[in-house]
Amino acid sequence: MMIDVSRSLAIIMVTAVITALIRFAPFLIFHKGTPKPILYLGKVLPHAVMGMLVVYCLKNISVVSAPFGVPECLAILFVVIIHKWKHNTLLSIGGGTLCYMLLVQMVFV
Amino acid sequence: MKERQPVVTSRTKNTIKQAFISSLPVMAGYIVLGIGFGILLQDKGYTWPWALLMGAAVYAGSMQYVTVDLLTAGASLISVALMTVMVQIRHLFYGISVLKKYEKAGRFKPYMIFGLTDETYSLVSRPELPDNVDEYKYYFYLTLMNHGYWILGDVLGVIIGSSFAFNSAGIDFAMTALFVVIFVEQWESAKSHLPAITGVVITAICRVWFSVDTFLIPAMIGITVALFLEKRQLEKTMLTDEEGENDD
Repeated sequence: MMIDVSRSLAIIMVTAVITALIRFAPFLIFHKGTPKPILYLGKVLPHAVMGMLVVYCLKNISVVSAPFGVPECLAILFVVIIHKWKHNTLLSIGGGTLCYMLLVQMVFV
Repeated sequence: MKERQPVVTSRTKNTIKQAFISSLPVMAGYIVLGIGFGILLQDKGYTWPWALLMGAAVYAGSMQYVTVDLLTAGASLISVALMTVMVQIRHLFYGISVLKKYEKAGRFKPYMIFGLTDETYSLVSRPELPDNVDEYKYYFYLTLMNHGYWILGDVLGVIIGSSFAFNSAGIDFAMTALFVVIFVEQWESAKSHLPAITGVVITAICRVWFSVDTFLIPAMIGITVALFLEKRQLEKTMLTDEEGENDD
């Protein structure tokens, strides 16, 4: 359920302020050149972070109790296949979510 | 044939029209992704003003999906801050690559920087402008329209999600699906898969090693350290043809 209002506001404000700071940073501090390590991270980190986020989404799966993450694996497989096939982001997300909802509501109840 | 005044207004009109045409693909994507976000958000008990606030103030797709999860978990502000840095760091490079382009954007500039999302960046970084448009106004209107679609989608999602009674079990998977899609796209375009693999493996190890509430920060530190350890190898495979581009 929803956590309290002031805490929700605090969390949203932190994400908003940091997002804006990152977007403004180049114009404020890096306009005379960006440090090499930061340039490097900017090229490689996005790939690693997306891997991290996929695993993060699966954090509540239990491999020792039913259904052992099977619905998640099946739905992810579905998303990968349909995306490789059609390359339509909305179809992949919509179809994958529907597939997962059907699995957890009707198959692995 | 000397129509000075009308030329100015028709140029502005054309700028808005061209910006709208260019923004159409983003409109479709943002409204649907925004609706997904709104449905998730209301599923956790938040009403439409929250979606409006987040869409207007944060204005970041992936990060807002993650924020829904951080809100439900009641995450600490430190981990919220770190997570935001990790997820959003890529935006630093959008800024760097439009430093010159936006240099003389004047009063529009702060808003254009604020609204530099992945999609807006992909539109403004196109090499050619449509004919007969004011460059900075064109970028400004693009940014504004995209922002509008996103907010509209976010709020619509909450309204849709709360006006139809349906079994929402499993709807959270929209976030997983979004990240899997981006992961697949990055995988296909990457010169090296090592960063992607690093992200998956280190996060998985940390999830096993630490508890579900604490694994993220060690994972983020671990990934950063590992990427620096892999730097020499990665620079050889990934960055060879992009050496020394700092400003173009």
